[in-house]
Amino acid sequence: MTTQAATPAHTAHADEPIVRLRHPGRWVASVGLAVLAAMFVHFVVASPALRLDLVAGYLFEKSILRGLLMTLQLTVLAMLLGVVLGTLLAVMRLSDNPLFRAVAGGYVWLFRGTPILVQLLFWFFLGSVLPQISLGIPFGPEFVSWPTNVLITQFTAAILGLGLNEAAYMAEIVRAGIGSVDRGQNEAAQALGMNPLTTYRRVVLPQAARLIVPPTANQTISMLKLTSLVLVIGLPELTTTAQLIYGRNFQQIPLLIVASIWYLVLTTILTLIQNRLEKRMSRGVPGAPQGRRRTRPTAGAR
Amino acid sequence: MTTTPMVEAVGVRKVYGDREVLKSIDLEVQAGEVVSLLGPSGSGKSTFLRCINHLERLDGGEISVRGQLVGYRRHNGKKYELRPREVAAARRDVGMVFQRFNLFPHRTALENVMEAPVYVKRRDKGAARAQARDLLDRVGLADHSHAYPATLSGGQQQRVAIARALAMEPALMLFDEPTSALDPELVGEVLEVMKGLADEGMTMIVVTHEIGFAREVCDRVVFMDGGVIVEQGTPSDVFGNPQHARTQAFLSKVL
Repeated sequence: MTTQAATPAHTAHADEPIVRLRHPGRWVASVGLAVLAAMFVHFVVASPALRLDLVAGYLFEKSILRGLLMTLQLTVLAMLLGVVLGTLLAVMRLSDNPLFRAVAGGYVWLFRGTPILVQLLFWFFLGSVLPQISLGIPFGPEFVSWPTNVLITQFTAAILGLGLNEAAYMAEIVRAGIGSVDRGQNEAAQALGMNPLTTYRRVVLPQAARLIVPPTANQTISMLKLTSLVLVIGLPELTTTAQLIYGRNFQQIPLLIVASIWYLVLTTILTLIQNRLEKRMSRGVPGAPQGRRRTRPTAGAR
Repeated sequence: MTTTPMVEAVGVRKVYGDREVLKSIDLEVQAGEVVSLLGPSGSGKSTFLRCINHLERLDGGEISVRGQLVGYRRHNGKKYELRPREVAAARRDVGMVFQRFNLFPHRTALENVMEAPVYVKRRDKGAARAQARDLLDRVGLADHSHAYPATLSGGQQQRVAIARALAMEPALMLFDEPTSALDPELVGEVLEVMKGLADEGMTMIVVTHEIGFAREVCDRVVFMDGGVIVEQGTPSDVFGNPQHARTQAFLSKVL
C-alpha cells in the first residue's frame, strides 16, 4: 500500500521524545525565598529582644486561656445569631409580602450602615436611655419589668452588637445564595405539591448552601478577630487580655505573638471545617470533589 | 350522573403587562384522554398548561381538575384565592414534567423520586424507596438509581423526572415540551415512556412539537395560536384535513 511506503520516515520523527517546558526562574526564586526565610528564622531564634521564652510561658497562661475561651464563645454565639437571623432576613427580603421585604430591607440598611463600634456601645449604654424593659400592653399596664442593666450585661451587649451586625451581612450572603438557585427548581418543587416551607428546606436552601458556605467561613474568620472590639465595653477576650498583660510588663511583641498564634490556630481549624463543609455541600455538582453520600450505593441489597 | 371531566377550563384569560397571552380558553379533557397542545411558539400553549396546576395565576375564567376549582375557593358568588399551602395540597394529584427537567441536582435519581412521597405525603422512607426503585425500573433506569442528575444524559434525566412525577400517583400528567431540550437521538426513549403511560390509561396533556407522537398516541389534538384555540379534533382530522387557514399554514411548515 502507498501509506506503508511513507511510514518509516514519519515514525522516525514520531518517536522523538517530548521535552516538557522548563522553568528556570522558579529555581532562582526558590533560592531567594529560602535565603529570606533563613534570615527570618535566624532573627527569631537569635534575637534576645523577642523573648521567645516569654512567648512560650504566656501561651498557656491562665488569663490568656480565659481570654481565648471568651473569644471563642463570642465568635460562636455571634455567628449563630448572625446566620439564623440573616437567613430569616434573606427569606423575608425575597418574600411576596411587601411588609416583610420592607422590614428586612430596613434592617440591613440600618445595621450595615452604622459602625459596629457604635452598635456595641449602643447596646452597652442602652440602660442610660431605657432604664426599664417590661412586658405588657403597649401604652397600657405592664406585667413584668426588669432594669435594663441587669438584662443586658457586658456579655449580652457584646453578643447583640456583634450578632445583630453580622445578621445584616449574612442576610445579603444568603440572599445571593438563594437568588442563584434556578427558578425551575422552585417550580418543580411546587408541582410536586411541596408547600413553601418544605420547598425552602428541602430544595432551595441545600442548593444555596453550596454558595453560602465559603463567604460564611470568611465572615466567621473575620468575626474571630472582630471580637477584639468588645474591648470598648470592657470584656476581656484574647487581644484585650494580651494588652492588659503587656500594659504591666511592657513586653508588647511577645504577647502580641502569643495572641497571633492562638488566632492562627483557630483560623486553621475553621479553614479545615470549611473545606469539609464545602465537600459535603457539592453533592451532585459535576467536577467537584464528592463528599460522602448519605445513601450508600449498596443500600439496594436491603 | 354524568362523569366529571378530569380538566374543565372555562374562559381562561392570562395577561402579561398589556399583552393578553390567553384569550378565553375553553377546554374539557376526560379521564383517560391523551390530548396534545400544538401551535407556534408564543401561542400560549405552555402558559395554559402551567395554569392547570396554578403555576400561573389566572386573570379571568376558571379551571377545575376533577370538579375541584384550581387555586381558588368559591364562596358567596366570588372566587377567593387560596393560600400557597392549600394550592400545594391541590397539586398533589397533578404531575408535571418540564422542558428543562428541573431535577434536584443535589440528590441522586432515587432520592429525586423519593423526595415528594417522603416530604409531601409523609410516607415511610423504606416504602418510598421501594416505590422509587419500581418507578425507575419502569422508565428503564434501574441501573442509574444512585447517579446524580449531572451525570445522566438529557433523555435519562427526563425519564427520572417522569418517574418523580409518577411517584405522587397523580391522576393527571402535564408535559411541557418534554423533548424540546433533548438531542434528537434521545427523543425516542422519552416518547416511548410517555407512550407506555398513555397505554396504561393515564390522562395526559402534552405540549409538544412532536407531530409523530401527537398523531400516533393522542386521542385529540388542540391547535392554539395567538392565545386562542383555533381548531381541535382527532389527529387524523386535524392533520389530514385542517379546516382553519392558520392550522394549514402551521402544519405545512412542520409536517
